[in-house]
Amino acid sequence: MIAPFKEIYRYLDLPIRSFRRLGNILLIACHDMGNALIMLASATLYIRTIWKPRARRETAQQLYVTGIKSLGVITVVAFFTGMILALQTGLELRRFGQEVNIGTAVTIVMIREMGPFMTALIIAASVGSAIAAQLGTMAVSEEISALEVMSINPNRFLVMPRLVALAVMMPILTVYTNILGILGGGIVGSTQLGVAFQAYLDNATRYAENKDLYVGLFKAFVFGIIIATVSCYQGLNTTEGAVGVGRATRQTVIISFLMILIVGYMITRLFYI
Amino acid sequence: MITFDKVTKQLGGKTVLNGISFEVPKGETFVIVGLSGAGKSVTLKHMVQLMRPDSGMIRIGDDIINEARGAELERVRRRFGVLFQSAALLKWLTVFENVALPLRELTKMGEEEIEKTVREKLRLLNMEESMDVFPSDLSGGMQKRVGLARAIVMNPEIILYDEPTSGLDPVTSRLIDKLIEDLRRELGITSVVVTHDLHSALAIGTRIMMIDGGEIVENASPEDFIKSNNETVKRFLESQYITRRGAWEKGMEKHV
Repeated sequence: MIAPFKEIYRYLDLPIRSFRRLGNILLIACHDMGNALIMLASATLYIRTIWKPRARRETAQQLYVTGIKSLGVITVVAFFTGMILALQTGLELRRFGQEVNIGTAVTIVMIREMGPFMTALIIAASVGSAIAAQLGTMAVSEEISALEVMSINPNRFLVMPRLVALAVMMPILTVYTNILGILGGGIVGSTQLGVAFQAYLDNATRYAENKDLYVGLFKAFVFGIIIATVSCYQGLNTTEGAVGVGRATRQTVIISFLMILIVGYMITRLFYI
Repeated sequence: MITFDKVTKQLGGKTVLNGISFEVPKGETFVIVGLSGAGKSVTLKHMVQLMRPDSGMIRIGDDIINEARGAELERVRRRFGVLFQSAALLKWLTVFENVALPLRELTKMGEEEIEKTVREKLRLLNMEESMDVFPSDLSGGMQKRVGLARAIVMNPEIILYDEPTSGLDPVTSRLIDKLIEDLRRELGITSVVVTHDLHSALAIGTRIMMIDGGEIVENASPEDFIKSNNETVKRFLESQYITRRGAWEKGMEKHV
């Protein structure tokens, strides 16, 4: 190669390689997203088989794992989220003599954003990662291949019950988070900010609208579908043994967190602007 | 009959199967041997479309499995039973539930009939006593026997065995060999066995094919296989202490 061109090529080499790598990442992301959506559509179509005895048992088991087993951590997180919210907003409002309004602030923030958001993060980190690890282990030990060879569709057998469990339990857990968060705020209000509990509750219910609750629950429902889709897809596509299972688990948590944030913003924008 | 016609497969830029062609006649125990990474398991996975070839054709009787999709693929796959290397039992189901799984998911059988069928298959493999045990409480050999019971529960025409004796002690390995041989003799099932255990291959095979570097280097009866003049086959035989003379001395009487 002629010397000046060689020099130019040397300078352009790094940006070209970076651009190529970025292109590859985008292509893989598009491919994965397409396949994950196909898996979601297929599992959704199989919901019609949920009344079969085995599917019913498996779905009940997943509802139990998602709902009951997550209650402990959700209780602590929800309570403290409400308490922190009340304390932070209450201290600011006190400067203007408006601390009585912490009820409204805590309630609206909890049911619109923090309830679904905190619940989704906890479920993604606990249930989502567990699903990815379980399905990932099944994939690397050929159990998924065994199901396929037996003509048992993994989307029906494994994905559908988890999808239903997360889509159903997320709104229920969000209501639970909202109630505990609001209660936590009330306790901080009455013990540390001098706002009577009854006054806090009256204020809490005065300005919150039904729409806030519905949008929050809709968000929770969508977050449930996101967590189920990401965790099942990552799990079912695990390769490379134990290292792969670890990678699938980590990817599930990261992708779920990012999707929850992005989709959460989009839903808020859709309903409130 | 299973027919591979000029099947090619590349994985990660490496040619794993290089235009291989062979036939597995009905009712035979066809053994595929070779070193690790030779392409044995990949060949087996193509038979049930767990992998698709880059080119070539795979026929199962009149069905072209590499082109089958959806319900058609499910129908062709139901002609097979597969024993995976790790047995691939579902860990949260008991032995009974594992074997009953295809019957519950794919047939309209009542529970009574399912129980009768599962008991019968488990009895055949001497595993009836462990019906209520979870796979994690079983030894490797027992797990393989349960895997085999699940593979035959739908009465398949063809059974694929992926390294059925790997990780097992010699006594259990011979027991698995005997089970494979019994199934062929008693049920007339066509078997395809992938293994690197040549003792096992010579004991159960009616035909042995060796793959090396994605190509077939030998495809012969066991008697002819151990007499092969192919250098790769000779090295492979020697690596397992089998010589033309030694094979006869090591109890391969069935080929005398």
